[in-house]
Amino acid sequence: MPFGNTHNNFKLNYKVEEEYPDLSQHNNHMAKVLTKEMYGKLRDKQTPSGYTLDDVIQTGVDNPGHPFIMTVGCVAGDEESYEVFKDLLDPIISDRHGGYSPNDVHKTDLNFENLKGGDDLDPNYVLSSRVRTGRSIKGFTLPPHNSRGERRIIEKLSVEALTSLDGEFKGKYYPLKSMTDAEQEQLIADHFLFDKPVSPLLTCAGMARDWPDARGIWHNDNKTFLVWVNEEDHLRVISMQKGGNMREVFKRFCVGLQKIEEIFKKHNHGFMWNKHLGYILTCPSNLGTGLRGGVHVKLPKLSTHPKFEEILTRLRLQKRGTGGVDTASVGGVFDISNADRLGSSEVEQVQMVVDGVKLMVEMEKKLEKGEAIDSMIPAQK
Amino acid sequence: MPFGNTHNKMKMNYSAEQEFPDLSQHNNHMAKVLTPEMYAQLRDKETPSGFTLDDVIQTGVDNPGHPFIMTVGCVAGDEETYEVFRDLMDPIIEDRHGGYKPDDKHKTDLDPENLQGGDDLDPNYVLSSRVRTGRSIRGFCLPPHCSRGERRAIEDLSIQSLDALDGDLKGRYYALKNMTEEEQQQLIDDHFLFDKPVSPLLLASGMARDWPDGRGIWHNDNKTFLVWVNEEDHLRVISMQKGGNMREVFTRFCTGLTKIESLFKERSHEFMWNEHLGYVLTCPSNLGTGLRAGVHVKLPNLSKHELFGEVLKRLRLQKRGTGGVDTAAVGGVFDISNADRLGFSEVELVQMVVDGVNLLVDMEKRLEAGDAVDDLMPEQK
Repeated sequence: MPFGNTHNNFKLNYKVEEEYPDLSQHNNHMAKVLTKEMYGKLRDKQTPSGYTLDDVIQTGVDNPGHPFIMTVGCVAGDEESYEVFKDLLDPIISDRHGGYSPNDVHKTDLNFENLKGGDDLDPNYVLSSRVRTGRSIKGFTLPPHNSRGERRIIEKLSVEALTSLDGEFKGKYYPLKSMTDAEQEQLIADHFLFDKPVSPLLTCAGMARDWPDARGIWHNDNKTFLVWVNEEDHLRVISMQKGGNMREVFKRFCVGLQKIEEIFKKHNHGFMWNKHLGYILTCPSNLGTGLRGGVHVKLPKLSTHPKFEEILTRLRLQKRGTGGVDTASVGGVFDISNADRLGSSEVEQVQMVVDGVKLMVEMEKKLEKGEAIDSMIPAQK
Repeated sequence: MPFGNTHNKMKMNYSAEQEFPDLSQHNNHMAKVLTPEMYAQLRDKETPSGFTLDDVIQTGVDNPGHPFIMTVGCVAGDEETYEVFRDLMDPIIEDRHGGYKPDDKHKTDLDPENLQGGDDLDPNYVLSSRVRTGRSIRGFCLPPHCSRGERRAIEDLSIQSLDALDGDLKGRYYALKNMTEEEQQQLIDDHFLFDKPVSPLLLASGMARDWPDGRGIWHNDNKTFLVWVNEEDHLRVISMQKGGNMREVFTRFCTGLTKIESLFKERSHEFMWNEHLGYVLTCPSNLGTGLRAGVHVKLPNLSKHELFGEVLKRLRLQKRGTGGVDTAAVGGVFDISNADRLGFSEVELVQMVVDGVNLLVDMEKRLEAGDAVDDLMPEQK
């Protein structure tokens, strides 16, 4: 038994009632699920690396939640968190991922050939296209829990893998802690630079410890493929470009990801994946594909239509402002992306974005001409 | 816990070099003292409650430091931290507390009769007087490490003890989590309310976990005696009033503290104290007396004098703005308080403030009259 969980055992001297968090003001998935009985049952457990129930839920205790956005309120500290604390995480996963059950099997499909179309979203409306996901490296604990030693090895392995890429993927790594001012300016101008997390959702989970040690950004010379190392996940992989050729973006995404995975495998470090949860990531909301495929698209008329939300729901899409999650749209330009992560494959999710955005652009054009769109409203996907 | 690097044993799989923090950009006491050799020597240790070296130093790793203010860069998680990690703590204590040695003894003197004078600081200059300290309750872990159960037990004990106070000290407890809007506004107007810590120095050490659970403010009906429960320390005790009667403030301080201590003892709990470190508190900078006695005093002329800094130094006093540490002076009004905490008794420190402020006010009056102050320059105390 790992040595450092003495305090967890210490806490067992206090009764369940005394240790159970006050969730009366809370509105997040963890608070909906964690009863006192469940707390009593799980509180003496820990993963092999020593991650405990209180570690899992700390961020949800500290952040009661948003009136409009249902936050998850818990994180994984390692791959085994999802197993050891399944009594808590399974219901959360089910609630968050549209009824996904503990016996369901998740399909991974990174074969870009299976995508239909997607190369001709109208660039007069679709300003840019982007696909991102995360990957965790097997054998290491996750950002809420990992040590400096682990983080640095993850960085080292990542840099080795990435610098061996060639062709359109040839690029360079910029560690956060030794970036020059000029490099920093350029990365900001390219919208690539990630900053030390300020969101209390992340800082309360311990992900910002030791910042900026072993954090960095890699991108290819063409600036269309980008990897964040040791931010909220071990790796965040992003493919992006201006315009509406989502097919090309997704192709580069799949090819790049697979190349990276091969190199990691050669060093005996695969990605965390299982057939139930797909790719294992820090936040339960990103399980499955971890994929968010989206566009920045001009929908000034459609966005003010009373059915806009309903259309998005039926297309299984979500909207954000162009600054990302929790920002407002500017000038009628929205970030539209897939809402799902788990229970459908990468190809399926990008297909939904491609088909859905196409439809919405058609609707926008109709509204521009003063025509109705009622006949175009889709069935629930 | 997210801030408890509880997988200490797993980390031993990585070499000391791999785990040693990068302190190259750092300017704090911890960074000055912690060598790779010391890190290697201490990294497998833990206190009985499981607080590890990485727990002690996390705040100092995450906060490289201030160019003007030398921060401590480490915290204690329990009473035993100062013993188990003495190889690190002793040199930090020595550097911070004017050369205090590992075998020095600290004198506690809370008898207000031993203070000479102090009842007649000129109220035309001295606007208010205040004395504060902290206390930790033996048998519980400290704020960076304590669990909800412990924190609530500390709160319960504190309320029981404080509710038993009477006479001039009779008062009431306001729990942060169920304060009414009116109570909150009143406490803000009285300058009593403490808020959730925002300083990264405190957040990085885990002291804000589970906020506002177990936290509250107690004050007497006269609003001259105030206790903060479970903020940076288990208890912070404050005596304050308008004007220059520091003697009265200190008398109430000592009487109140002594009464509280005996009420805790009646409930079989004592304060953490030993003859080497005096009162044991979360931050090594507050060891000894934990006492900061100060006044808000008008020194518009003296503060512009070229010898102001030197005078303060010789008097063993420090200046702050009237918003507290890290604020600027407004309208020539300064917060002047003792610089020392450890190695001097409470009476000695308050005496230094009383005598020093009397002298500063005399100097201010001289400068107002257009006279020199050179002959009033004190010796180094």
